[in-house]
Amino acid sequence: MSQDVGRKPEAYLSVSDLVVRFPSEDGIVHAVEGVSFSVTRGKTLAIVGESGSGKSVTAQAIMGLVDRRVASVSGEVWLDGEELVGMPDEELRGLRGLKMAMIFQDPMSSLHPFYRVGDQLTEAALVHQKLSKSDARSLAIEMLRRVGIPAPGQRVDDYPHQLSGGMRQRVMIAMALINSPALLIADESTTALDVTVQAQILELITKLQVEFDTAVILITHDLGIVADIADDVVVMYGGRLVEAAPTRRVYYAPEMPYTLGLLNSVPRMDRERVDRLDPIPGNPPSAVNLPEGCVFQPRCTYSHLVTDGACVDRNPDLVEAEPGHFVRCHLPGAERRRIADGVLATLAGDPA
Amino acid sequence: MAGYLVRRVLGMLVLLFLLTTTVFFLFNILPGDPARLTCGKACSPTIIEANRHRLGLDEPVLTQYGKFVAGIFVGRTFSPDSPEPIVCSAPCLGYSFKRGEQVLPLIMRSAPVTFYLAIGAFVIWLVVGISLGIYAALRRGRWQDRLIMTISLVGYSLPSFFIGLLLVFFVIVKWGLLPFPSYVSPFENPVQFTQTMILPWMVLAALNAAFYMRLTRNQVLETLGDDYVRTARAKGLPERTVIVHHALRAGLTPIVTAAGLDLAYLLGGAIITENIFSLPGLGALAVNSITDSDLPLIAGITLLTASLIIFANLIVDLLYAVIDPRVRLA
Repeated sequence: MSQDVGRKPEAYLSVSDLVVRFPSEDGIVHAVEGVSFSVTRGKTLAIVGESGSGKSVTAQAIMGLVDRRVASVSGEVWLDGEELVGMPDEELRGLRGLKMAMIFQDPMSSLHPFYRVGDQLTEAALVHQKLSKSDARSLAIEMLRRVGIPAPGQRVDDYPHQLSGGMRQRVMIAMALINSPALLIADESTTALDVTVQAQILELITKLQVEFDTAVILITHDLGIVADIADDVVVMYGGRLVEAAPTRRVYYAPEMPYTLGLLNSVPRMDRERVDRLDPIPGNPPSAVNLPEGCVFQPRCTYSHLVTDGACVDRNPDLVEAEPGHFVRCHLPGAERRRIADGVLATLAGDPA
Repeated sequence: MAGYLVRRVLGMLVLLFLLTTTVFFLFNILPGDPARLTCGKACSPTIIEANRHRLGLDEPVLTQYGKFVAGIFVGRTFSPDSPEPIVCSAPCLGYSFKRGEQVLPLIMRSAPVTFYLAIGAFVIWLVVGISLGIYAALRRGRWQDRLIMTISLVGYSLPSFFIGLLLVFFVIVKWGLLPFPSYVSPFENPVQFTQTMILPWMVLAALNAAFYMRLTRNQVLETLGDDYVRTARAKGLPERTVIVHHALRAGLTPIVTAAGLDLAYLLGGAIITENIFSLPGLGALAVNSITDSDLPLIAGITLLTASLIIFANLIVDLLYAVIDPRVRLA
């Protein structure tokens, strides 16, 4: 086993230099371009980015849900000491649902409409564990109880359409955790839910994370829900990792202009003027025609400060601005911090 | 669910009643004198009139209709005042003047042939059509998919009389692989029965299998992209389980609909195939009854075929509830 430089030895999952490309009618889609991160059991990593930033594809590539007959996946994904990239399909299938599990965005469509909740739960258990049908059923009821579904003994025989959205997402969580996987990926799992239910589901994930000692990857476009939960944050843009840092640093000392833009777009009650959000100008880049140079340059309001035109010419390297804080930006460190301070001061309500 | 069933059965009865009425009046306004058909060339107006009276055709149309309907439920007697009355017990579908026989026994004699033909072909085309459809979906865009879709297109475009004649010419006449078809009951001579039926089964199956390949392929491709299929994969289920239990199951409804109606339609007689292979089934009987202008027999076969379709519709609707639990509570 080769020991990667960027890999923490205690990490349960470590991804390094992950690249995912799909062919399409218009050309090669550069969905993910050289992303690295790692996550330890009991910790939560948030992957944040706009739609099309490659965050979901990253998750699906880890899970082996990207169709490898079509897409090319390269780089390294180490899960509990095993390399997943290039692993035969059948072996990878044996790990899915057992060591790593995933919950998806829309609980309405993610459960099969024709099967009872209990059958869908036990299916996940029966395929990976040697269990009798009745043991699997008791396990399913126990899991439903643990995710806070009332009367689990009856609910186990319900069909998905008989449950509310929040209940269905609880069922999805129960299904994902039924084999006690050490890695749980939640892909926009609260986006489709009411705000109050969102909070309940996030609380549930956090609670179960402690119980099961799970490493959690929380994929979201909403920086607002990340603050309380995540230990580390990875910000993705145009398929690239543009900033990675412990959560507190992302909120209090961000350095990448895109991260600043994201923070600036979050509506906050403590702001002076809640009616004025500052959206990032322009649109995310097409993954087929990624801009030369820095992917964020066309939308970056500070790129003129880099006078040698590097933003247009070269993709910036990921540099470690502080220990554990990585940034991909051509702006000099002092300049980045000056800009960030200015933006954060506005956010805090001071007249800038 | 029980209420739904009762409503459906009641609706079916109303439909059957309307159907019976339509068939009766349709055949009464058609040109042609049924009484004229009862005697051969050496016929005199007196005999025709006597026969007309004997069969009750001289009565007003509404009276005739009443007797026709009564016949279906309680049976009837033709020419009750003659020395040899014809007793037609319920369900009486009428009396074939041409053949001098009641309609129902005539139909019942031909029905088993058509039944074996239809069921055999049905099983073959479902197995072949659905499995090749799934396979094509899994190999989408590759040569296996294109080959299967081309075969399907060819199979779908060739008329059954062409495939039938081709098979007869090569398999029976040229290569002598099978004897000339001659129908016997499977209980009498199972070997000869199979030898006779195998080509007709293939002809009927070929046409339908082509359609089911396409249908299954498209259904599976559609559901393979659905979220719950991704969930099934994320659980680590084997690919076969994902395809069959998750993707195919979800796309089954249109396949079941088509299968139910196609089978019912076929049970009413496969006219062309039965004629090519000289099978004495309902299709052959229907053709003969039409060339003979045997109105009661045509009416009887029409009623039977239509009833089968109505009944199949009910079965299909009930199967929906088995397939899709959301239908059960609606």
